[in-house]
Amino acid sequence: MHILVLLKMVPDVVEDLEIASDGKGLDLEYLRMILSESDDHALEQALLLKERHGGKVTVLALDAPEVDDALFTAAAKGADRVVKVVGMDPGFTTRQAAGFFSQAIAEQPGLMPVDLVLTGVQAIDDLDGLVAPLVADELRMPYLGIVTGIVLDAPGRPARAIKEFPAGVRGEFEIRLPAVLGIQAAEKPPRYVPVAKVRAAMKSGKIECAEVPTLADDGWLAVNILEMKRNQPAGHAEMLDGSPEQACEKLCGILAGRGLF
Amino acid sequence: MTGPICVLAEQWRGRISEVTYEALALGREVADRVGVPLTAILTGCNCRELTRMLGAADSVIYVDHELLAEVVPQTCAEALVQIFAGARPRVLLVPLTNISLGIGTFVGVRMGVPVINFCKDIRITGDKLEAQCVMYGGKIEATVEAGAPSGPQPVVLGIWPGVRPADKGRAERDVPVMDMPVVLDDTQAVRLCRYIEPEAGDVDLTKQEVLVAVGRGIQDRGNLPLAEELVKVLGGALCGSRPVIDQGWLPLSRQVGKSGLMVKPKLYVALGISGAPEHVEGMKDAGLIVAVNSDARAPIFNVAHYGIVGDVLETLPALTAAIDARKAAAPHA
Repeated sequence: MHILVLLKMVPDVVEDLEIASDGKGLDLEYLRMILSESDDHALEQALLLKERHGGKVTVLALDAPEVDDALFTAAAKGADRVVKVVGMDPGFTTRQAAGFFSQAIAEQPGLMPVDLVLTGVQAIDDLDGLVAPLVADELRMPYLGIVTGIVLDAPGRPARAIKEFPAGVRGEFEIRLPAVLGIQAAEKPPRYVPVAKVRAAMKSGKIECAEVPTLADDGWLAVNILEMKRNQPAGHAEMLDGSPEQACEKLCGILAGRGLF
Repeated sequence: MTGPICVLAEQWRGRISEVTYEALALGREVADRVGVPLTAILTGCNCRELTRMLGAADSVIYVDHELLAEVVPQTCAEALVQIFAGARPRVLLVPLTNISLGIGTFVGVRMGVPVINFCKDIRITGDKLEAQCVMYGGKIEATVEAGAPSGPQPVVLGIWPGVRPADKGRAERDVPVMDMPVVLDDTQAVRLCRYIEPEAGDVDLTKQEVLVAVGRGIQDRGNLPLAEELVKVLGGALCGSRPVIDQGWLPLSRQVGKSGLMVKPKLYVALGISGAPEHVEGMKDAGLIVAVNSDARAPIFNVAHYGIVGDVLETLPALTAAIDARKAAAPHA
């Protein structure tokens, strides 16, 4: 069993996002990059499958600030091989990201054959497509998204994957391998790994680099951001100010006035 | 002559989903402005009667195939690509939901046309198409242009639920229906085996008049008792957004949002919830929404009626105490 996990770094939205001076993107200087949340779940799901069935987990990530930390953390958690795709210009779109992943998978020795390709179902910056369907299309593999569980039966048999639907309903799907799955959430929360173990992985491990050539100009398919601005709450909410006690006293009066308690 | 505005009508388990009506409302506005027809596309198996529900459209393209009985993104996309081989639409609106997610990307890549996700509005002027998009968990709004066309080209637009009131796109009437045959690969690479119904939780969130919802801002499972104290004085039940459920701090039956439950309580108190579209989808129709968040720009304040900017862990005890005190002071009925 060989599982390939695709990782992408995204801006940490817990931090304040600043707009660049041209008004068309985020100001990279003030940007803290973190692993896309659902990619973290994809990694966890791969490690859970490895623990249950054996095999090998390879992690492939696109070059970005803080990506080395994410890869060493993946190694410390149990990934067998970590590979960084390098050589692309920064600021790539999701469609381009999927192209880089697909090229690296095809050209980097040892990434194929693969049984499962796992990645996050959707990232917060997936403006021009989703990575999992794009990679599935490129690799000519079946795809299923919004996956929250995977059961592997005997070798050669299709996998069974649990997909979330609305209203708490889930669907059990049979999917022929190799396949690309967009992970919504792993069966367990992503594991914690002590900093000391990450440091040990930094000392003993190695990040391989896979160079990808520039993609062909896809101007026809490109989506261009003309203007970007921070969300200004539309003035919908009436804000209650003051100390926590003062604000809560005001809110309390409003709720009482409406007979809500 | 530019092509029609098309909406993928999302049907699941025999019903047209609410987001379809929302997309039809948006599509109707755009089609009328541009002066082109609005076409709904319904794919499925033996569900032709649902075309009557799509009366906001000028016409419906109905695709019936046994492999379309359940929504499998690659299969559904293949059907759409065949439909569009002849008449290319100006835009195709595809809901970004747990049912349809992935279809838009497949259609875009197979037709060789741009895809723009997270759309909440569209403007077409001549050959130019601009979309208003909500990115980065709702924290950023972007105006996005598709491609650099030398003429109008089809664009696939992924639509967030809630772009328009569903009632604006809801119309039941007979509309011209065009049956379109498609040829689909019967490899069954992806096949639905069964649906798993949600386990009944200890409380039914959809029946609660008051919901206290916690998000990432609650920081730790150990802080949940603070929210439970508020539930005790307010009544109702405790629920959560996706990150809280994924951490295992609350059971799946307590999840509100895209993958969880759609709730409409009289009062919804959102504590430390940023207001990502996936969560808002599940609670936007609550009677009164109160939000507490440390980030004054959190998108939850876009849907809340009242907001407090502050640390949830400081505000929660203050709110519980205030309500408790007022109840104690009130004359007993």
